[in-house]
Amino acid sequence: MIEFRSLTKSFGAREVLRGVDLCVRPGRVTAVVGSNGAGKTTLIKCLLGLVRPDGGEIRVNGARIGGDPAYRATIGYASQMSRFPEHLTAREVTKILLGLRGGSAVIDWELFERLALAPHLDTRVRALSGGTRQKLAVALAFLFAPRVLVLDEPSAGLDPVANAVLKDKILSERSDGKTVLVTSHVMSELDELADDIVFLRAGRVGYAGSVQKLRVFTGQPHLERAIASMMKKEVVCA
Amino acid sequence: MRIAAKIAAFQLLDVLRSRWLFGYAIFFLVTTELLLRFGGDATRALVSLTSIVLFTVPLAAIVFATIYVHRAREFIELLLAQPVGRGAMFAGTYGAMAVSLSAGVVLGIGMPFVVRGGAGAGGAAAVLVAAGAALTLVFAGAGVAIALRTDDRLRAFGIALGGWACAAMAYDAVLLVVATALAGAPLERPLLAATLANPIDLARVVMLMHLDISALMGYTGASFTRVFTASTGTALAAASLAAWAAGPALLGARLFRRKDF
Repeated sequence: MIEFRSLTKSFGAREVLRGVDLCVRPGRVTAVVGSNGAGKTTLIKCLLGLVRPDGGEIRVNGARIGGDPAYRATIGYASQMSRFPEHLTAREVTKILLGLRGGSAVIDWELFERLALAPHLDTRVRALSGGTRQKLAVALAFLFAPRVLVLDEPSAGLDPVANAVLKDKILSERSDGKTVLVTSHVMSELDELADDIVFLRAGRVGYAGSVQKLRVFTGQPHLERAIASMMKKEVVCA
Repeated sequence: MRIAAKIAAFQLLDVLRSRWLFGYAIFFLVTTELLLRFGGDATRALVSLTSIVLFTVPLAAIVFATIYVHRAREFIELLLAQPVGRGAMFAGTYGAMAVSLSAGVVLGIGMPFVVRGGAGAGGAAAVLVAAGAALTLVFAGAGVAIALRTDDRLRAFGIALGGWACAAMAYDAVLLVVATALAGAPLERPLLAATLANPIDLARVVMLMHLDISALMGYTGASFTRVFTASTGTALAAASLAAWAAGPALLGARLFRRKDF
C-alpha cells in the first residue's frame, strides 16, 4: 500500500502538487493520468525520493519515507527517458544495479529472457537502438522482484511484441499481489491493464477509483473517452 | 563508502572508454615533450607549461564536469531510485570525474619528466602537476555545481565558459585597471586578498614562487611576493589552493543533496 497525504510541491512560483491525498492499493494496477503538466511525473518522483515534497507525507507499507533510502529496495522503477552511460555495456549497467542492491536481493531474469536481451548484453549502450535501451530499462525495473513497481510511460519506444511481453508481466505481477503504479498517454493500453485510475488535474486528484466506476460516472464505455470526458467537464469526483 | 566506490568504478570505466581522457592526457604529453625538447632548459619549459596548464586545465575541467553531469542526469535518477544515499552517489560521480581528469594531467605532464629521470628544476614539475590536479578539483567541482544549479544545458555551458573566462582572463585585467585607477593608495593587502580569491592566480603564485620568477607572476602575484617570503608565500598559497579544491566539491555535494531531479 502506498499512501500520499496532503502532498504539496512547488517549483518556484509554480504549484505542481496542491495537496494530493491518495491510496494506491496492493495487488492492483493503478494508472496515473492527466494532461501534460498535471503533476504525474512529480508525484512519482516524490515517491522515489527524487523530488523533495514541500509538505505532506508518503507512506510505503505503513512506513513514512524520509531520509533513509532503504525503503527503495522494495521499489522497481522504469523512467520514460532511458539513458545509460554510453560507453558501458548493457551487462555492466545491470551489474551496477546488482552491486547497489547487494547480494541478498532476489533476482528475476524473466524479462531479460522474454525481451531477448541476451544477445545485446555485451553491446555498448551507444550501439543499442532506442527500443533495446527501453527494453533494458523495463527489464531492470523488474530485476529485483520488487513489491512495488513504478513505471513512467514504460511502453514508449517498445515494439508491439515487447509491449505485449511487458503487459503480460505487469498482469502477472499484479496476480502475485504486487503494487503497480503506471503512467501512460496511451489509454487503450491502460484500458487493458489498469484496475484503478488516478486522474490528476493541475496538481489535484480529480478522480481516484476503479476504472469500472469511472466508466459509470462518465457514461463512457471506453477509458480514453471517459478520461477525455473528465478533462472537458473539469469535474472533481474523488 | 563501498557504494560510492562501486559507482565510481563504473563511471570511471565509462569515462576511460570515451577516449576523451586519452586525448586530454596525450595533449599534455605531447606539449610537455615538445617543450622539453625544443623549449630550452627545464625551467623555461616549465614556465611555458605553467601558462598552458593555467589556461587549459580549468577550461577542460569545468566544461567536462558540466556536460558530464547533464548527460548523466537520467542515469543518476535511475541510481537514486535504488536504495542508495545521495552522499554516496555524489561521492562516486564526482570522485570518478576528479580522478579521471586529474590522471590526464598527472600522466600527461609527469611522464616526460619521469622518463628523463628527474622532477625538473628542483621539483618544480611535481609542483606543477600538483597545482594542475588541484585546479582540476576546483573547476570540476564548480562545473558540477553549475550543472546541478542550472537545468538548461546550454545555459549551464554558457555559465561554465563565462566562469572560466572571468577566472582565467578577466580577473587580472580588471584588478590591473582598478590598481591603475587607484595608483598611490595602499593596495598591497587588498591585492593579496584578490590573489587568494582566484585559484588560478594561486596556482600561478605557487608555481612561479617555486621557480623564483616574480616577473611572470601577473599583477596580483607580484603583490603576493612583496608581502611574503618565498617559503611563507608558497605555504599560504598552497593551503589556500587546497581549501579552494574542497570548496566547490562541498558546494556541489550540498546542491546534490537538495536537488529535485
